[in-house]
Amino acid sequence: MAKVIVVTSGKGGVGKTTTSAAFAAGLALRGHKTVVIDFDVGLRNLDLVMGCERRVVFDFINVINGDANLNQALIKDKRHDNLFIFPTSQTRDKNALKREGVERVMEELKQQFEYIICDSPAGIEHGAITALYFADSAIIVTNPEVSSVRDSDRIIGILASKSRRAERNEPAVDVHLLLTRYDPVRVAKGEMLAVDDVKEILSIPLLGVIPESESVLRASNTGTPVVFDEESPAGRAYLDAVARFLGEQREMRFVTPQRRSFFRALFGRV
Amino acid sequence: MAAGNVVQGALFTVMVVRAASLRDDAFEHELARQIARSPRFFQNAPVVLDLRGVENLTEASEFETVKGKLRELTLTLVGVQNAQPAQLEAATEAGLASFAPTSGGGQARAERNTPPLPKTRLVTEPVRSGTQIYARGSDLIVTAAVSPGAELVADGNIHVYGALRGRALAGASGDTAARIFCTRLEAELVSIAGRYLVSEQLPPGMQSTPVQIALVDDQLTITRN
Ligand SMILES: Nc1ncnc2c1ncn2[C@@H]1O[C@H](COP(=O)(O)OP(=O)(O)OP(=O)(O)O)[C@@H](O)[C@H]1O
Ligand SMILES: [Mg+2]
Repeated sequence: MAKVIVVTSGKGGVGKTTTSAAFAAGLALRGHKTVVIDFDVGLRNLDLVMGCERRVVFDFINVINGDANLNQALIKDKRHDNLFIFPTSQTRDKNALKREGVERVMEELKQQFEYIICDSPAGIEHGAITALYFADSAIIVTNPEVSSVRDSDRIIGILASKSRRAERNEPAVDVHLLLTRYDPVRVAKGEMLAVDDVKEILSIPLLGVIPESESVLRASNTGTPVVFDEESPAGRAYLDAVARFLGEQREMRFVTPQRRSFFRALFGRV
Repeated sequence: MAAGNVVQGALFTVMVVRAASLRDDAFEHELARQIARSPRFFQNAPVVLDLRGVENLTEASEFETVKGKLRELTLTLVGVQNAQPAQLEAATEAGLASFAPTSGGGQARAERNTPPLPKTRLVTEPVRSGTQIYARGSDLIVTAAVSPGAELVADGNIHVYGALRGRALAGASGDTAARIFCTRLEAELVSIAGRYLVSEQLPPGMQSTPVQIALVDDQLTITRN
């Protein structure tokens, strides 16, 4: 059975698109045929992060409107056969996402893919609601700061009341907390919330902690999902999160400040 | 045929609706809600109108109006109680029977016969930011955390078995005896019967502790549990 996963947060700029790209690539690397859809109509970030912006011909809105069929719009990733990108339109706005159209496209995608990752826009308006509406699972991307936690809490409430599962009285969307841009040093100084605080407030299971890492910016600038960078702590943390999502036990890494090596301490950041 | 075979005595349970409360829009709303909850119980249920404390309703046409109103709520008006002579005359003209005042002066009885008391509202899931829960006419029990930006409102008491981080307003329709209980006070605002304290007015020593909050001499008073 195909599974629809929404990557959402309420708050903007917390790492949804980064996470969508990393998660989709991670699932593909684990052998699952996966598509990642950009619901952020009008902004179109996902294709940049996935490095396929120059191969976009048709988009999500074209398919919804019947101007193109699904296979004309899907872009196959160059790095992995299991990975597909479904880009969105930059010239339309979020109101172009008609629920019936989205439903039809989702049903069609379910025939072809094991996992359908939906990269939600920020906010709690039409675009974000449409992105989460069909979800079976949700990844709640949260930064360790009060406003982000508050917005995550809000979106968890919306999932519990406005998703299709909620409307149909089906088993609830299963929600997972993904704490991103986590900086253990700043947490130790009390400048950021600690993992346990966030977990306590949101009271949902923790899927992973992604450390703040320069490799993320590098990855998105070169259009490579960060999981393909074997050196990147964030990439490894995302692969751990994917493994946990698939039911494996993995120890949480990158949650305590790393002891700085003698040379690092001597020469500063390298 | 003996009269005994034609006319038999029988005892029925009849709902009494106080005419005074009908003036209140909220009452009608509440009644409609009760009926919606157990439609079969109320379907065509006979109703007696208690006129105690009501001066008007001296025209048959007025009774017809009330009858129609109750009809919309699937209730059938069969008679009146505690009517003054002019009211009784009008009621009889409208085809309504006269019922003897019930024991306990009608008032208490009418109280008990108005729709059954709503049960305590129980919430077992965390109350998320942006949600409001209103326990109308009852207590509210939450067995999970209440997030900042969430709001609990109850006409009765509020109990939170978890951290109370949002707003809690007990005795929302004026009950000064209502209280708030929580196992961990981190609220943005607490209020009883309209008196309130915001987060920064809460005694720092009570932060994150189990407390109860009551109105004592019109002052919100917080004591550790
Ligand atoms: N773990 C991380 N370490 C460092 N930078 C990060 C990390 N995760 C995300 N970022 C950076 O944060 C910025 C926002 O990330 P991203 O675009 O994924 O967020 P978003 O939630 O999709 O934003 P929007 O709400 O605008 O769609 C980007 O510049 C990205 O490179
Ligand atoms: Mg984004």
